[in-house]
Amino acid sequence: MNIAMLVFIVCGVMAVVGALALILAREPVHSALALVLVMISLAILYLLLGAAFVAAIQILVYAGAIMVLFVFVIMLLNAGEEVRTNASHLAKWVGLPLGIFFLFEMAYFLFREYGARSTAAGAVSAAPVVASTQQLSMKLFTVYLLPFELTSILILIAVLGAIVLAKRES
Amino acid sequence: MEFVTQHPVLVVSLIKIAIALFVVMTALAYLTWFERKVVARIQSRWGPYWVGPHGLLQPLADGIKFLFKEDIVPPAADKLSYVLAPFLAMALALSTLALIPIGPATVKILGQRTQLVIAHSNVALILLFAISSIGIYAVVLAGWSSNSKYPLMGGLRSSAQMISYEVSLTLSVVGVLLLAGSFDFYDIVGGQSGRWFHFLPKWHIIPQILGFICYLTAAIAETNRVPFDLPEAETELVAGFHTEYSSFKFAMFFMAEYANMITVSCLATLLFLGGWLSPFPASWHWQLYLPAAGLLLGGLALIAGGLRSVQMNAKIVFPILGIICIGVGYLCTFAAVMPVIQGPFWFMAKVFFLLFFYVWVRGTLPRFRYDQLMSFGWKFLLPLSLINLVLTSLVVVLRMR
Repeated sequence: MNIAMLVFIVCGVMAVVGALALILAREPVHSALALVLVMISLAILYLLLGAAFVAAIQILVYAGAIMVLFVFVIMLLNAGEEVRTNASHLAKWVGLPLGIFFLFEMAYFLFREYGARSTAAGAVSAAPVVASTQQLSMKLFTVYLLPFELTSILILIAVLGAIVLAKRES
Repeated sequence: MEFVTQHPVLVVSLIKIAIALFVVMTALAYLTWFERKVVARIQSRWGPYWVGPHGLLQPLADGIKFLFKEDIVPPAADKLSYVLAPFLAMALALSTLALIPIGPATVKILGQRTQLVIAHSNVALILLFAISSIGIYAVVLAGWSSNSKYPLMGGLRSSAQMISYEVSLTLSVVGVLLLAGSFDFYDIVGGQSGRWFHFLPKWHIIPQILGFICYLTAAIAETNRVPFDLPEAETELVAGFHTEYSSFKFAMFFMAEYANMITVSCLATLLFLGGWLSPFPASWHWQLYLPAAGLLLGGLALIAGGLRSVQMNAKIVFPILGIICIGVGYLCTFAAVMPVIQGPFWFMAKVFFLLFFYVWVRGTLPRFRYDQLMSFGWKFLLPLSLINLVLTSLVVVLRMR
């Protein structure tokens, strides 16, 4: 039981608990906070894998920018506690078994793929490769240049859309 | 004992954390004293004077007062978020300091090579931004969970302000990154050694003066201080996001604000002011005695000031403090100590100068109006930092040709 393993278990549990809390919480702000918890735990897992840059970007972009905007909007609209109805029988009778089925399917394939070296400790210690930011940006601006530029255009369109919507009011 | 030998990194880190925590907490406490004193002098007052000589025990008295006040949680508050917010503010503000090195990488303490940083990372700068970006949640949560009008307004304002100015803050730093070509503080500071024209230190502040101005302005806004302290504008919002907080929870917000001040000053020192590098050429050997000389002069001033004081306790306490200062100064001339303290000395001197600048700004400038704040951030500061970014990239590319 080394420290890396301990951190892995703690963060894994935190991510799962956060994801459950995100769905089960009735207060919108609590849901948003649970999602932030999931993102931070994932970032720590990336850090454990030696991808410090990806971890930092994960927190900076998702937790530090996008989720802050979510919380901002929730606060601005002053969204109250959500009301629970019993309308959806479909979700209860079809959704639940289907969810459990997919969970088992995923577990089965994961176990079949990685069953031979199934210990989580092996998975953690097998990846001490420290990816440098330089290598990452090299890949991003050569092999993945087209997707990168397309993404930036996508974001630009979103920004333009926001400006158009804002200007229409006045 | 077995644990210590098995985990040397962990134990050394814990020792460093303990020392850093002690130093930072003391610095925080006396930063409040320093700020009150300087602002008081700017306004022709004396500031704290009666708790201890020259009010030197005022921070301690404040701390005790905060501890013993009744801790009120509003009945309509969202308990979890309400309690979480101050802890979040404090924890995040302190954890950013773990990434900041205060001396060169090749320092030897007791014959052991030690790094004067708690957590060294090759993407330290971006990690630091990541941690500090989470800090917005503390303010937002505090504002929302209080379930009260003024805190909510304060929380909304401050989240809008912090998101807006974080963009300029990050962009103003990219220029330095382009020049240094690394996220690692050791590389960034290492790249600033050397001279221009044999006398001008090669600090990033000279080519990046635009970036430095943008950074300082955005940093003041990020730490919610005058003239950008809209989230806690007393005349409009009582105390903004922490209106409903009392006792030690309020103190935690207060300390987090000062810890953030220290963090942004440290960052400015590392990125723009050459970190722990001395402003003098290495051939001037007398500069090695500067820390000792500074402590000696400070000690003498303390003794003289204490003896001239009218307060009886000042007559006793100040000379004793002065003698301690002179003793530490004498210790600094020892061959074993002298090379170690050079880096931290210059680093702290620069950070102290920036902190003084902060207080100076607070004592000088009036508060912005909310719409002025927003248009200043988006229509002036952001374009300015973008221009700086484009110019710097152009120069870097042309130099590479």
